[in-house]
Amino acid sequence: MTVKLGVPSKGRLMEKTFDWFGSRGVTLSKAGSEREYSGVVEGVGGVELVLLSAGEIPRELHRGRIHLGVTGTDLVREKLAHWDQSVKELAPLGFGHADLIIAVPRAWVDVETLDDLDAVASNFRRLHGHRMRIATKYHRMVREFLREHGVADYLLVDSQGATEGTVKNLTAEAIADITSTGETLRANHLKIIGGEPVHRSQATLFKSRNAHWADGERDAYRAMMRMLDLDG
Amino acid sequence: MSGNLALDAEIARLTDLFQQAGGQLVDLPVLQPAETLLDLYGEDIRARAYVTHDPLAGEMMLRPDFTVPVVQMHMQGGPSPARYAYAGKVFRIQELDSDRPPEYDQVGFELFDGADPAAADAEVFALFSAAMAHMNLRAVIGDIGILLAAVRGLSTPDFRKGALLRHVWRPRRFRALVDRYSGRAAKPAGRAELLKAFSEGRDVLAKAGPLIGLRSQDEIEARLKVLVADAAEPPLSAAETDLLDQIVTLRESAPMALERLRDIAVDMPAIAPAVAKVEARLDAMAQRGVDVEALEFEGGYGRTSMEYYDGFVFGLSSMARPDLPPVATGGRYDALTRALGGGAAIPAVGGVVRPSLALQLAEAGQ
Repeated sequence: MTVKLGVPSKGRLMEKTFDWFGSRGVTLSKAGSEREYSGVVEGVGGVELVLLSAGEIPRELHRGRIHLGVTGTDLVREKLAHWDQSVKELAPLGFGHADLIIAVPRAWVDVETLDDLDAVASNFRRLHGHRMRIATKYHRMVREFLREHGVADYLLVDSQGATEGTVKNLTAEAIADITSTGETLRANHLKIIGGEPVHRSQATLFKSRNAHWADGERDAYRAMMRMLDLDG
Repeated sequence: MSGNLALDAEIARLTDLFQQAGGQLVDLPVLQPAETLLDLYGEDIRARAYVTHDPLAGEMMLRPDFTVPVVQMHMQGGPSPARYAYAGKVFRIQELDSDRPPEYDQVGFELFDGADPAAADAEVFALFSAAMAHMNLRAVIGDIGILLAAVRGLSTPDFRKGALLRHVWRPRRFRALVDRYSGRAAKPAGRAELLKAFSEGRDVLAKAGPLIGLRSQDEIEARLKVLVADAAEPPLSAAETDLLDQIVTLRESAPMALERLRDIAVDMPAIAPAVAKVEARLDAMAQRGVDVEALEFEGGYGRTSMEYYDGFVFGLSSMARPDLPPVATGGRYDALTRALGGGAAIPAVGGVVRPSLALQLAEAGQ
């Protein structure tokens, strides 16, 4: 049996993950052609590379079908209830930084804080007959955050892409989305509100708390942790 | 008896009691239109209620409680006096405490009648108290109406009172607002400059960026005017916020609590009518044979439950297992009948028992 390591199957997240492991002596690479989603691990024995969509890695960790996985902390928190009971953070990898933020039109000069947002939500509902809509794909994190800060009278509407455009298209009044530079927000006449973001995410190596570990797998895991200079 | 037989017997016993009290037995749908619940509770309900989808009716929720469907059913027939009894399962997501069951039975009784609210409160409390008299439960009562009256009576403008009233059921947020209105919270950076420029008639929106979305320039300017007015308002006095604190932290035996509330009403006359209601209710309870000396009164009781209780609230809990939810809870929800009544309203009070919890405690000898 082998330790299964889940890694994002494409793009910069995959390349950066390969670089991070590579610089520590664990060489990860795709097997065969560029299009094939299977991988090769060199430098440490008993570890198998599983290439997956970054969004599926939290669930696979939760189900224990992979022992280790690299994905964003945002996806883990969004997709897993009680995420810390399902997975353990082994190491932040120092890339894939992105903040989950709440943004409103720049023209809302009266809104800078969550306190303002709540007051506006109340007025908006009275005047428009429906609750202020916040477009997002991070429903769990945003709802928990707003509940914690006592914001009421809002409605989350699902937006799986081009979220910054929803305000101009009149399908939402505000958005909650991942931003790495803020460029797209500015181009869409939006501004970030509140002090701290809802969540600061980065690519992180996770260990599943639900995976089965056979003796050989434990040995391979320890050997890899030594190479990566991690406690495990 | 095996678990299910014992549970069936307990449900039958309670249903029978509530029918004997005049409750007309009603059967309510498990599937509720999500829109009604979302309108009442906002997005937070999604963290508590199971959502499903009907191809024709749209988003539906598995009922998280009975009060809302009972009120809806009753108000469709108009605001006439009535009594209902019901039994069935409710469904609640238990994400924060996975040891609690996501579905469980409730047996309840609801009384719609405006003739004598104090007598109605006393009758409902006495009914639940008698139903659970064989168990050694701790009875706590409260009255959200006191805090509502205190907020309405603050010497501060209506826009501040409105904001506080909206958050009475969110104690943390309520606290933050009280701090802000007391001048204890920092203002956002640049707020003073913005309000100064706006007051001087300068166009503060012009350079902010194009106006996109449904919220109009009028709305933004209207809120800026409120912010200007708010900034000019003196802070809430320490004396008044201290009285609010005294109300929400009040924990005494019911007769002692009434004394304390009368004292507070001397400094805050606005709560006097609400305090008189507490007194009338305690008198009505005593007349029904309730040992009011043994009741605990908590000024903040019911603030974190579902936000339809706006007057009398009560709970019967295990003394040995304070970690468990109350075995029985109830209260008055006059405003809910108006919210669901399409203009009509009728004072109403009711409660529910969780029979499985009662059995669990009885079996453990608690």
